[in-house]
Formats: sequence, C-alpha cells, structure tokens
Amino acid sequence: MTPDERPLIAVVVFPGSNDDRDAQLALDRLGADARRVWHSDSALPPGTSAVVLPGGFSYGDYLRCGAIARFSPILGAVGAFAAEGGPVLGICNGFQILTEAGLLPGVLRPNASLAFVCRDVPLRVEQTDTPLLARCRPGQELVIPVKHGEGCWFADDELLAELEAAGQIALRYAAGSNPNGSVADVAGVTNGAGNVLGLMPHPEHAVDRLLGSADGALVMGSLVDAARMSVAAAV
Amino acid sequence: MKATVLVRPKPGILDPQGQAVSSSLRHLGFDVGETRVGKVVDVELATDDPVEARSQLEAMCDRLLANPLIESYAIELDAE
Repeated sequence: MTPDERPLIAVVVFPGSNDDRDAQLALDRLGADARRVWHSDSALPPGTSAVVLPGGFSYGDYLRCGAIARFSPILGAVGAFAAEGGPVLGICNGFQILTEAGLLPGVLRPNASLAFVCRDVPLRVEQTDTPLLARCRPGQELVIPVKHGEGCWFADDELLAELEAAGQIALRYAAGSNPNGSVADVAGVTNGAGNVLGLMPHPEHAVDRLLGSADGALVMGSLVDAARMSVAAAV
Repeated sequence: MKATVLVRPKPGILDPQGQAVSSSLRHLGFDVGETRVGKVVDVELATDDPVEARSQLEAMCDRLLANPLIESYAIELDAE
C-alpha cells in the first residue's frame, strides 16, 4: 500500500457508544478510511486492516462496564482478527469491553473517588514495541483527556508482576496524576503479542491543538501506520 | 424453578461504593465498620431439577454474571 492510500479501519458502534464519530474523524484526518460498523454485524468489512472499539456507555454499563457488549456478534470477528495479529485499539469503554472479552488483561473498576473525572491528564509512554504506540518515544509525556467513572484498572499482584515483566504495561499516568486509583498508575495495557492496546484516556479527543493537545494523534496515527502495515503484509 | 445469585466484591478488592455507604451510615449515627456492596440477580429457570439448575447458574456466573478477577458469587436455589 502506498503512503497516500487510505487503510480501512472499522470503528465498532455499540448501543450507547458516543465517541465513535470523534474516532472516525480523527482517523480520517490522519489518513485512514474509517467506517462505523454496527455491533450486530457478524463480520468486519472486507479489507479491514485495523479495528477501534470506541468510548461510550455500551448497554448502559449494566452489570459491569463492557460485560454485555463483549457478547455482541461483532466481537467474534474482532477476536479472530486480533488472533491473526490485526491491530485493535480499545478506548475507554472499548478498553473495558476488551478486558471483559479476555483480549486484554485486568479489569476496570469504579474510580476510587467515586467521582466521574473529566480532565486532561499527563501520561508516560512505557512501551513503544507495540505498533500501536510506534510514533511515541519511550518515556515521552503525552497530555490526553480522560472522562470516565469506571477507569480504575485492577490486576492482582501476581498478574501485575507478569505484565510488568512482559512489557505489557504500555501507558501510565504521570506521578501524582492518577485520576482513578488504578493499580500501579496503569492507564493502558497491551496483549502479549502487542497488537491489541486498551487505554482509558481518549486520544481521539486530542488530535488538534485547538482542543488543548494534539498528543492523541501520536496514538491514533500509530494505529493508521499499523493498519497500513497490516494491509501491506496481507498483500 | 427460581434462584438467586449473589455477586460480591472479593475480599481485598477496593469497594468505593461500600466505603461511601459505610461513611453515610456513620453520618446517620449507626455504629458500623466496613460495608461491602454487591449485586443480587434473581433468575427464573426453565428446569426444576436442582442439580441441573445449579450447573446452569454456575455457567451463567462464570460467563457473564460475575468477573472472577474481582467478584465471587453464591447461588441460592429457592425452595418451592
């Protein structure tokens, strides 16, 4: 695929998603052909080269955030796509769905403060081996907004140690800036292979300096690059 | 038959909702220690066989009703 061709990225829409259009807009501006795909479809559009599970409140966050969306028909296709190494990005509710689906480790719990937090937070990039953060430098600080009531990532000591050792802790809140009480200040994690990334902050809301920060474009742009490479690999 | 599933945050898991409830109870003058908040799910099953019912309910808990990383569950079959 030549640099001016636009890789097809599927943005899954669940009942209650509300950041799908922002994700689509951000990806389109960064050179992708982003298409919104309804959760009850059982297949991704032919030629899909990356998938985004966007933020929102799928199924009203009933039972547990993401617990019901993970059984949507499209999740079977997303799981198969991820198993083949396809790049998958879960943002906020999308992160919650990926943990409930077992595609990412840990679980998201109600914020320790019990308050809904909505503000820009500084993050530190811990891992750039994943294609989904390839545009970042290790240790780089990014300012990206969070907006969630249940973003307190939890893993027990044993799982956390495993993930740290395997380099799966991809993003952390900067010291003193943890907005939700997550274990070890974790803001984002990857799967073992590094092709699935989930994070609570919203990179799709930070792709233009007019909105306060363009740092999110490094994350969304990494996904577009990964989509291009995944198409190139398939050809 | 009918059954009740009780889902609880596991011991050691931070339960901010429980903390808020216990703090509120203390404001009301009740002398309470820790409170923990879980969920109750009442289920109507097609089967009347208690063994079959329990096995179905365990599968429901493992797949959907509880997240084993943070929650435990208990099943109570309603005596008819």
